Amino acid sequence: MTDLMTASGLGKRYGRRWALADCTLRVPQGRVAGLVGPNGAGKTTLLHMAVGLEKPTTGTLEVLGGRPRDDAGQIGRVGFLAQDTPVYSRLSVADHLRMGAWTNPNWDAGLAARRIGELGLPPGQRAGKMSGGQRAQLALTVAMAKRPEVLILDEPVASLDPLARREFLQLLMATIAEDKLSVMLSSHLVADLERVCDYIIVLASSRVQVAGEVDALLATHWRLTGPRRDPRTLPADFDVIEESHTDVQTTLVARCDGPVHDPAWTVGELSLEDLVLAYMRRARGGGLASGRGAGDGDTGNGDGGNGEGGNGDSGSRGLRVLR
Amino acid sequence: MIQLTWRQFRAQAMASFGLLAVIAVVLAVTGPHLVQIYDTSVAPCAAHNDCAAADNALVNHDHFLQGLGIVLVVVPGLIGVFWGAPLLARELETGTYKLAWTQGVTRRRWLAVKLGLVGLASVAVAGLLSLMLTWWASPIDRVNADPFGLFDQRGIVPLGYAAFAFALGVTAGMLLRRTLPAMVVTIAVFAAARLGMIWLRWRLFAPLRLVAQLRFPNASGHAGSPVQQLGPPNPADFVISNVTINGAGKVIGPQGAIDLGNGMYGLGLRVNHGQPSVPGAGVCPNAFPPLTRNATPNPGLAKAGQVCFDKLGIRELLTYVPTTRYWPLQWCELAIFTGLALVLAGFTFVWLRRRFP
Repeated sequence: MTDLMTASGLGKRYGRRWALADCTLRVPQGRVAGLVGPNGAGKTTLLHMAVGLEKPTTGTLEVLGGRPRDDAGQIGRVGFLAQDTPVYSRLSVADHLRMGAWTNPNWDAGLAARRIGELGLPPGQRAGKMSGGQRAQLALTVAMAKRPEVLILDEPVASLDPLARREFLQLLMATIAEDKLSVMLSSHLVADLERVCDYIIVLASSRVQVAGEVDALLATHWRLTGPRRDPRTLPADFDVIEESHTDVQTTLVARCDGPVHDPAWTVGELSLEDLVLAYMRRARGGGLASGRGAGDGDTGNGDGGNGEGGNGDSGSRGLRVLR
Repeated sequence: MIQLTWRQFRAQAMASFGLLAVIAVVLAVTGPHLVQIYDTSVAPCAAHNDCAAADNALVNHDHFLQGLGIVLVVVPGLIGVFWGAPLLARELETGTYKLAWTQGVTRRRWLAVKLGLVGLASVAVAGLLSLMLTWWASPIDRVNADPFGLFDQRGIVPLGYAAFAFALGVTAGMLLRRTLPAMVVTIAVFAAARLGMIWLRWRLFAPLRLVAQLRFPNASGHAGSPVQQLGPPNPADFVISNVTINGAGKVIGPQGAIDLGNGMYGLGLRVNHGQPSVPGAGVCPNAFPPLTRNATPNPGLAKAGQVCFDKLGIRELLTYVPTTRYWPLQWCELAIFTGLALVLAGFTFVWLRRRFP
């Protein structure tokens, strides 16, 4: 079975800025994959490349085994809901369904009519006069009724209020369950994805931070609390995502593929949100801390002579996480 | 895809063709009257010996409707601004291209249908308008006998203007991705292209030239400037220039206005050390009768002046386009603008293909 998406060394540059860099992924088919990351992380860029709206600068990308390009076959297999759900404001709901029927060979008029009926959207209503939630539902209906094999949704609930957000996701899940669709959807909120996704990709600072099945990720990431200790002394199979220290205690978010045997640690489970946030914080801090350690910062303070005389204990500061 | 494009374009198309229908009705109602006036008063005027009056009566008829010719100058620009520029710019600006390009239709087809349908409508509007006005004004045009005067408001060139303006608008909208700036750029570039063409038009095929002897004012003539005798063979021919040239073929003055000096001696040739000369051409090589200040014109002086002109090779040069070239020029200009439109249309395909996967 082909994968929902495979990417290798994928990158996209706008001018001098890399919106997405060195992205290597393999998302199996039949999943509901969540793409999560802060605003500007490169989520839209990745999804646009997946549906053929943007051209990769480097690397390769395949969706359902095919390269996204201007080809009727490939376009027909992928349904897309763009961010802010653009619709033709002067056309009516019925016009949008007609548009779908005119342009898609596999158009399912029955499904479209049924969904519009269930949603209670008046067919004569102009799209420009509808609420954000109604527009999103209309655009989703068009994307679904073309009968794609994979549905790609870019921030589908970002513009919706909490109630509409929940309803949208529930309806989405119900339809997906019926049709056995593969789905990839993005959001900057973990809470939106947590309920619906079984696969997650964390994108931050234009790079993939972690990707995998939600269950597998939760089964290998732990919150470890124990006596104060330098994380560099940990065994090699520990990958520390985040660390924080008090004078006597160290708390880590770490990935460990095997069980944690060291009795010094109190092992706690992580929620998906904690896990994602830990990766996002590491990505954000990475740029800040990698070139310029805490020690350098201290030296800088001393050289500048800006009067913070008594901060002395550089050893303990060196281990403190900079926030 | 054709249905979708039509659905998006329907309102504008119906409004435009509605307006066109109104104009058609007005012209159809008033047109036969002009033909009747022509047949009853202008055609038999030679017999009554009142051709000037008859011509005048017809030419001054329906001034307002004659002004409709301006519509043919304006409409292609409007097509570029209101049909061309928003065609892609609005989709790119509002993000609906993301909806359109992820349906089951390829971008190539999407663009081809949009360009084809709206482009065809553009050419049709200009074509119908030109056809109606050319027919309606034909009695007046026959009397005016000045085909080049309304060259860009008659015949087939408006079709080329419309096609070009439309393609220009589409291209500007695609590159700028904003409707309003695209509209501004479209009108500016279109106006520049039209003005450039007005200059270029007459030089497309090598213009014809007529050369004639420049006549020195004779004894009875008015002193000051030489006598002009050149005109185009047909008064309706388009005169590009009428100038005075020297023996080497170089232009030394505009039409007949060769400067013979500022009244220094009678007829006013410039005189240095007793010998007259013509500015830009040289010193007269022949003998002149004695020149006195404020001499009255006399046959001896006129003869010597003419000899001087002839020996120096000073001639009159007329450059013009004959009316027989009217249709070749119409076709040529149509071909130029249609060609530009096709180049621009081709560029939009190439650009979309290179810019997107």
